[in-house]
Amino acid sequence: MEFTVNNARAYAYTGGKPFNPELPCVVFIHGAENDHSVWGLQSRWFAHHGFSVLAVDLPGHGRSDGPLLPSVEAQAGWIVALLDAAGVKQAALVGHSMGSLISLEAASRFPERISKIVLVGTAVPMPVSEALLTAAREVRPKAEGMVNVWSHGPRGALGGNTVPGMWMMGASMRLMERAAPEVLFNDLNACNAYQRGMEAAAQAQCPALLVVGSRDMMTSPRGAPKLAAALQDARIASIEGSGHALMAEYPDAVLDALRSFIAS
Amino acid sequence: MSKTSAYNFDTLSLHAGQAPDTQYGARAAPIYLTTSFVFKDADQAAALFNMERAGHVYSRISNPTNAVLEERIAALEGGVGAIAAASGQAALHLAIATLMGAGAHIVASRSLYGGSHNLLEYTLPRFGIETSFVDPRDLGAWRAAIRPNTRLLFGETLGNPGLDVLDVPRVAEIAHAAGLPLMVDSTFTTPYLMRPFDLGADLLFHSATKFLGGHGVAIGGLLVDSGKFDWEKTGGKFPTLTEPYSGFHGMDFAEESTVAAFLLRARREGLRDFGACMSPMTAFQLLQGMETLPLRMQRHVDNTRKVIAHLASHAAVESVSYPELESHPDHALAKQLLPKGCGSVFSFVLKGGRAAGRKFIETLRVFSHLANVGDAKSLVIHPASTTHFRMSDAALRASGIHEGTVRLSIGLEDPQDLIADLEAGLRASQKA
Repeated sequence: MEFTVNNARAYAYTGGKPFNPELPCVVFIHGAENDHSVWGLQSRWFAHHGFSVLAVDLPGHGRSDGPLLPSVEAQAGWIVALLDAAGVKQAALVGHSMGSLISLEAASRFPERISKIVLVGTAVPMPVSEALLTAAREVRPKAEGMVNVWSHGPRGALGGNTVPGMWMMGASMRLMERAAPEVLFNDLNACNAYQRGMEAAAQAQCPALLVVGSRDMMTSPRGAPKLAAALQDARIASIEGSGHALMAEYPDAVLDALRSFIAS
Repeated sequence: MSKTSAYNFDTLSLHAGQAPDTQYGARAAPIYLTTSFVFKDADQAAALFNMERAGHVYSRISNPTNAVLEERIAALEGGVGAIAAASGQAALHLAIATLMGAGAHIVASRSLYGGSHNLLEYTLPRFGIETSFVDPRDLGAWRAAIRPNTRLLFGETLGNPGLDVLDVPRVAEIAHAAGLPLMVDSTFTTPYLMRPFDLGADLLFHSATKFLGGHGVAIGGLLVDSGKFDWEKTGGKFPTLTEPYSGFHGMDFAEESTVAAFLLRARREGLRDFGACMSPMTAFQLLQGMETLPLRMQRHVDNTRKVIAHLASHAAVESVSYPELESHPDHALAKQLLPKGCGSVFSFVLKGGRAAGRKFIETLRVFSHLANVGDAKSLVIHPASTTHFRMSDAALRASGIHEGTVRLSIGLEDPQDLIADLEAGLRASQKA
């Protein structure tokens, strides 16, 4: 479904059901150089169980027009502008990686608009190594290869995909390759530059769920307890064996965590 | 470290797609020989049918053993996923039926396996899909044959039976300039010798019956999607992938899955409705073969080189067609695209025509006379009277086949025994 946000075309997948702003709304926010399709299974479940769903393509990603927004703060503002465009007063935000920072920032600045946040594959702060940033700027395929390998735990690296017949590292790579050349650096740089995460956590008033992968090499689960402690009302769901690509590696476990937190 | 995997080819051949069984710890991929799978509860059942959860419902659509095979070939090819089909022919049909319907057109290489040629030339026109055949070496012909209703370019990585090397990068360029995908039949090369997606192809399939299985015990096909082709940027050429499908919840497959729309439709419609699925037993047998693919392919190539060295200068042999020979028209292209070797299936022309060919084949003891290639055992056939017998004389000649053409598929035996067997046949042929 398309909206106009800040005078630009914005796309959000609605989970295979017509969007109804009167229903409780769940917004799914993807990570760096990804798009709405990383939430396919989870977003369809919510759309078919009494929720309205907006699985967004952030500006300059997927089907949404640009320009790219260079900071987590700007992207959080865009999410709320999308809620305005969709006629949604309040929503739960579910964000992965960079999307988790966007969710956290939005919750801190717009408490009346955000009912709950789920931070999937998160770390605050979320530093990105200089080597990866440089590669993203200068040798994009190399950077994408690094991100792809580091994003997957054992199930991604050797297979055993829950979705029959799909090779998740191939799919992940192709999704990144679809993006415009400047997207990866923009997104990684936004993650790296976002410094007010712990401050935002302290300001956020809504309940929060952290979904972490025990084998996550991109956003280590070791920092989750500290982040949860900074939030007013937070719990942690750890998915054993998962790397950073949790929705692909353990889609049912992610959905179960989301259901128990949002739909219960 | 490749971009689509943390592991290298030989490791993926053994492991990709399968973790040890969590219930009993089985190291080998278990054979899930069951038609259907018990739902945990009503909610899970509904979620599986509505693609809110992933999993297996019915083995025509998907099966855990088949899924291991599918993931493995996708990993080896550098694709996003794959579908196991009843045969290579079923995989080819599944691809075409997923992409197009009546009124569509295909541009194909004229150097194709006889079964593929039959499907395109004689059978699909009955369903409104026409094909123009072109000389695979004539890039201008590929370009000129494209029409407004063309939906696919198709060729074999190594054309049957003359081993025309498909210039995948340049044919892909022609396809993409016209907003079309290129699909290749990779049966003769396998991902060990060529990874067509790295060269620009968008889709590929295998007759897994051949080198992937490698032991001549199971018929199967594998259809693999690179995930590279953007179906939405074609001006509406592929409505099966980019428009809501009333046969599956009004799903727009490209919206649902940015990189796997083709596979989604092929599984959700193609396997569901056409039903040409693979048995889990077959998937298991093919997996056993794929575990040793790198070892076998190298041995196939090594043996082939030795046999060709013997035949190329033999007095009873008129010509040998193999791209590694300087006399082959695609020698330079083969060096570029197939540096590890050009497979183990090749043809040679025996002096003495049809009678000599018959005597030759009947004298062989180690080589088996049958209609297959890519077995661990060496095979021989006379194409003009078997695999290509439905083709007219003109079409035969256009495909580079003569009356005395003999096709060999070199197996894994001791090369000295193979050469001795061929030598006996060659001697006898010249006395016919």
